[in-house]
Amino acid sequence: MNDVAYIQRPNRPLHIYALLYLAFLYIPVLFLPLFSFNDAIYIAFPLKGFTTKWYASMLNNEPMFAALMNSIKVGSATAVFATILGIFGAKAVTRYRLPGQKPVVFMIMLPLVIPGIILGVALLILVSRLGITLSLYTVTLGHILITVPFAMATLIPRFVGFDKSMEEASADLGENAWWTFWRVTFPMVFPGVVASLLLCFTISFDEFIMAFFLTGTDPTLPIFIWSQLRFPIKLPGVLALGAVILVVSFVVVFFSQWLQRRGVKEVSGTGF
Amino acid sequence: MGDNDTYISLNNVSKHFGLVVAVDHINIAISGGEFFSLLGASGCGKTTLLRMIAGLESPTTGEIYIDNAPMSQVPPHHRPTNMVFQNYAIFPHLNVRANIAYGLRKDNLDKAEANRRVEEALEMVKLPGFGERRANELSGGQRQRVALARALIKRPKVLLLDEPLGALDKKLREEMQLELRTLQQSVGITFIFVTHDQEEAMTLSDRIAVMSQGKVLQVASPKELYNHPVSVEVADFIGQMNFLDASVIDLKDGQAVLDTAGLGRIKARASAEFIQKGANIVVAIRPEKLTLSKARGADRQNAVQGVMKTATYLGDRSHFYVSVEGCEKPLAVAAPEVETSVSESADRDSPVWLSWADEAMILLPRD
Repeated sequence: MNDVAYIQRPNRPLHIYALLYLAFLYIPVLFLPLFSFNDAIYIAFPLKGFTTKWYASMLNNEPMFAALMNSIKVGSATAVFATILGIFGAKAVTRYRLPGQKPVVFMIMLPLVIPGIILGVALLILVSRLGITLSLYTVTLGHILITVPFAMATLIPRFVGFDKSMEEASADLGENAWWTFWRVTFPMVFPGVVASLLLCFTISFDEFIMAFFLTGTDPTLPIFIWSQLRFPIKLPGVLALGAVILVVSFVVVFFSQWLQRRGVKEVSGTGF
Repeated sequence: MGDNDTYISLNNVSKHFGLVVAVDHINIAISGGEFFSLLGASGCGKTTLLRMIAGLESPTTGEIYIDNAPMSQVPPHHRPTNMVFQNYAIFPHLNVRANIAYGLRKDNLDKAEANRRVEEALEMVKLPGFGERRANELSGGQRQRVALARALIKRPKVLLLDEPLGALDKKLREEMQLELRTLQQSVGITFIFVTHDQEEAMTLSDRIAVMSQGKVLQVASPKELYNHPVSVEVADFIGQMNFLDASVIDLKDGQAVLDTAGLGRIKARASAEFIQKGANIVVAIRPEKLTLSKARGADRQNAVQGVMKTATYLGDRSHFYVSVEGCEKPLAVAAPEVETSVSESADRDSPVWLSWADEAMILLPRD
């Protein structure tokens, strides 16, 4: 018998399974940066040669930049509003006993499981019935709807993680609700707020279906990329952009996870 | 609100949580500068009462007055009270200095004055030089001191303490008890102290309110509570006590003749109203008021023979349990260690005599 615990004994088939799984997940994604450096219009092996011209052409592609800016605007607005709503929601759910609390939370979380296409169609009907012109505002509205559950899910653990006697102590020491929020509650949930902002931005940034239904004349980046797919000559440029977005998204998500974890450790490290 | 000394008065205060009655029609008057304890087992409503005084809960009925002003419409941040929370509620994102200075924002002090007050507060709780420490670098005792300094820097009229010593180990707790008492006497603030530890309450308080199931059983000084409890429940909660069921056979000129389980027919002074001819009452005797001997002492009229059951040596004193025929439970006897003659008679199952003075008997109504 070897001296490792039963649960820690190496399991060869499981290792192979895990490797296959990761390969299946990430190799297709890695084709994106690979072909973005390939000196050919067609996406096919064998590779023709190394080039950065697709990246160079991307810099001169004005419609693409406009779409990128649109997505950043929508993403930022979505992140800010969804996070603010998420803070209110998380505080309400964790701090007060409300009548009908469970159904309300269920309803807020519901967009997580409703297919985007259904939400998109529903919103499109609503917006056009109300006579509102489709624009980046309507896209933002749709994105807020789908990102609020993520904001709530990120923030609720932060609120649960700190004792409400902190807020009571602040009130006891002479601060009203407004100052208590800014001097105690907000600093304590701050890592969660940052994580929520980054997460909501990322979700909005690459969201396609809602944007597809709700965009007016200004496309967001995913819509723009989709429209470019019809022209083979533009495809490598899209690949280059995709590669850039891939790297940026990875960095942002990694950073938000790191912040979230660090925050949890800090709070639990104080002995509460 | 009665006499002029009263600083805080609770008039008919109740608190209901749904169907649960946490605090049930409580009337207490607390004087300025008093060290007042709320004592009771967990769930007796003492913390709820404290939180109502702080304004963190509002009474379902009744009114709380502080300095003759009704408090029901006053939010916690406008009350002249400050609280030391059970878990101390030290803000983890601030260092010790910022924690202590937290309540000074609205006082608009200049920086030098604020710093001076913080240093003074740190000095007072014996933590000089700790200002830059982070909250998670403090031990339990230090956190407790920071919480105390943070509340006292506001110079409150009333300091509320919610089991502040509960999380500390025995030795530190006893040290902090002494410090708290000294501190209270030097600052002259009214302290309202919640605890479930009767020894702690006895050590610290000027007066104690014994609570059970949302009601106040008795409000009195520690000495009064110990020597003249008003009910079996209070007598049982404060220290150790032997209870013997008795019935009143005769009552004449303030002297009652009682038929007492195990002790037979005895005489006792009776002044309370509940002692009527034929009434069922309880005779209570403190363990240390019983004297143990091998032979019947001639000097005392109250004596009974029993059999030694258990002897426990506690260092400074010994505890004995003597079973007496007719008594449900063996009687507890406490004797100082010096009485060696007593220890000699401590053989198991040997016959012994118990005797006591008339004043040792406390007559209580049967619940």
